[in-house]
Amino acid sequence: MLIDFFQTVRKARVPCSIREYLDLVAAVKAHLAFADLDDFYALARLCLVKDEKHYDKFDKAFGAYFRGLDEVPDFLTETNIPDDWMRKEFERMLSEEDMAKIESMGGLDKVLDEFKKRLEEQKKRHQGGNKMIGTGGTSAFGANGYNPEGIRIEQGRSRHKKAVKVWDQRNYKDLDDSIELGIRNVKVALRRLRKFARQGATEELDMDDTISSTARNAGFLDIKMVPERHNAVKVLLFFDIGGSMDPHVRVCEELFSAARTEFKHMETFYFHNCLYESVWKNNIRRMNERTETWDILRKYGPDYKVIFVGDAMMAPYEVSHVGGSVEHWNDEPGGVWMQRMAEHYDKLVWLNPAPESYWGQGGSLGMIRSIVEDRMYPLTLEGLEAAMRELSK
Amino acid sequence: MKFEGTQEYVATPELRMAVNAAIALQRPLLLKGEPGTGKTMLAEQLAASLDTQLIQWHIKSTTKAHQGLYEYDAVSRLRDSQLGVDKVHDISNYIVKGKLWEAFTADKPVVLLIDEIDKADIEFPNDLLLEIDRMEFFVYETQERIVARHRPIILITSNNEKELPDAFLRRCFFHYIDFPDRDTMMDIVDVHYPDIKKDLVREALDVFFDVRKVPGLKKKPSTSELIDWLKLLMADEIGPEALRNTDTSKAIPPLYGALLKNEQDVQLLEKLAFMSRRKG
Repeated sequence: MLIDFFQTVRKARVPCSIREYLDLVAAVKAHLAFADLDDFYALARLCLVKDEKHYDKFDKAFGAYFRGLDEVPDFLTETNIPDDWMRKEFERMLSEEDMAKIESMGGLDKVLDEFKKRLEEQKKRHQGGNKMIGTGGTSAFGANGYNPEGIRIEQGRSRHKKAVKVWDQRNYKDLDDSIELGIRNVKVALRRLRKFARQGATEELDMDDTISSTARNAGFLDIKMVPERHNAVKVLLFFDIGGSMDPHVRVCEELFSAARTEFKHMETFYFHNCLYESVWKNNIRRMNERTETWDILRKYGPDYKVIFVGDAMMAPYEVSHVGGSVEHWNDEPGGVWMQRMAEHYDKLVWLNPAPESYWGQGGSLGMIRSIVEDRMYPLTLEGLEAAMRELSK
Repeated sequence: MKFEGTQEYVATPELRMAVNAAIALQRPLLLKGEPGTGKTMLAEQLAASLDTQLIQWHIKSTTKAHQGLYEYDAVSRLRDSQLGVDKVHDISNYIVKGKLWEAFTADKPVVLLIDEIDKADIEFPNDLLLEIDRMEFFVYETQERIVARHRPIILITSNNEKELPDAFLRRCFFHYIDFPDRDTMMDIVDVHYPDIKKDLVREALDVFFDVRKVPGLKKKPSTSELIDWLKLLMADEIGPEALRNTDTSKAIPPLYGALLKNEQDVQLLEKLAFMSRRKG
């Protein structure tokens, strides 16, 4: 029972074990969800997923598994679909020709994407009417009339359909920060980072205070405790993304996902090639959701430790010239911004994923290197060790 | 026992499912979500609706797992022995019961709230595994086994400051309380201020969701801030017109102090307002 579903969820890399699976079976047995897909969705997610960052993966797996099942009740219960359209839909659904047609268009996924795009456009022009999908059904895209989204999206916003929309909207996409650790270097880096981030909650005996208060207490024991010294490390991470860094992005994100859990305060920002007047936190919305670099300097005090990750390979004028940026017009050269960072934060390192032998002395790399006062380290075991030593000095 | 939300608390179907599954299968329920989405409030309301006691265990950075079970107050025993007090001979006089013990020995199933578990040391959840699994523990000093008379309903909240260990997560159900959508928000406002004027709520919600959309806010306003703000708006008798006011002089919402708790956020909003004024 539900084994295939469980396998699908696991295949989507949602970490769940036999124990969670048995929980789900027990919950179904207890009739917590019965013959209602929305309830089952909520229940399955409750039992199988233990962190919101996995919600997105779960939604995808759930959608994939139940795509076929979900569609039948959808057809039967909705009365606002024109009859003839519905009949046609059923015919289409089971015809083999259509399957062949889909194949000829380059696979189901591609067609689905295209279809969704069309659907979006239709929505804008027709204010949610469902006639257009009907006619769309006769075009090439009608072939995938059995795509449940095709119907669901247009069916308005009744409460009943809410969960369906939830897993198709993939609301939790942004929360998914897990890139699996693969490279040994990064794993070791994790251990390194933990070393200087670990904080304990233990208290220790304050010997001096105990002795003096016991003495003051006429010899009766009066024990004094003090909290152990904490090592609450605050970190700002800046990732170079796009362009020459693309081969390294994966390595960087691994580092990011490794570091994520290790600090009490950690903020991540992205930049392209060189730091300019603004950075961004979400790579998809990089164009409209930017944070000003001034705001960062103001908001995060000099007690933060700053780690840049980038290959520093760019045209020298991107560092040295006004308007040198390849993406936009910058009023001040990137080097000025780097200089400001270096002045504001004394604990600052630059990690470079490119092998040290490629660095050379001149060019943009040399300029960056001199701005960060030679605190540039390769993204290797030794490099990380040296960088962490520098940061924890 | 079934939880359906209460008069003062609007629970989404997913949340009701989560709570009911936790009750039925006797598993702790781990709740996460933005601050101010009513995680702690849920425990209070759940206890009220099941007509049972709520035992709250607030976790601090110095809290240790065994403090929830019991503490042996060795220092006062030592002092008592120096003073020659009689009760020093019975060690059980110095065993101080913790919250879990309290919950285990209650007369009927209680609701136990372990609040903000992520504040504690990272080993904290691991130290509670057995107790939560088997609902029993052993008191070494008195050689006594404490077994739960009724399994308490355990709610655990976390603000995501630390990652919780897998072994612990496997033993819990997990629910992430989403930020409520517009309709749910209307319901929530209804529950708190039944007589508030409909259009005032609508305008206020517009402003509220607009403010939430501003990028780069340090702390986005949440449900509890909205409720406070509405209270102020009502007390000040500010009409919906004032909120709709997009004219130049007053581009940031009235009584914004209830929505934004942070000086930088207010400055940010002012700056944005100034820029949009220039554009207009």
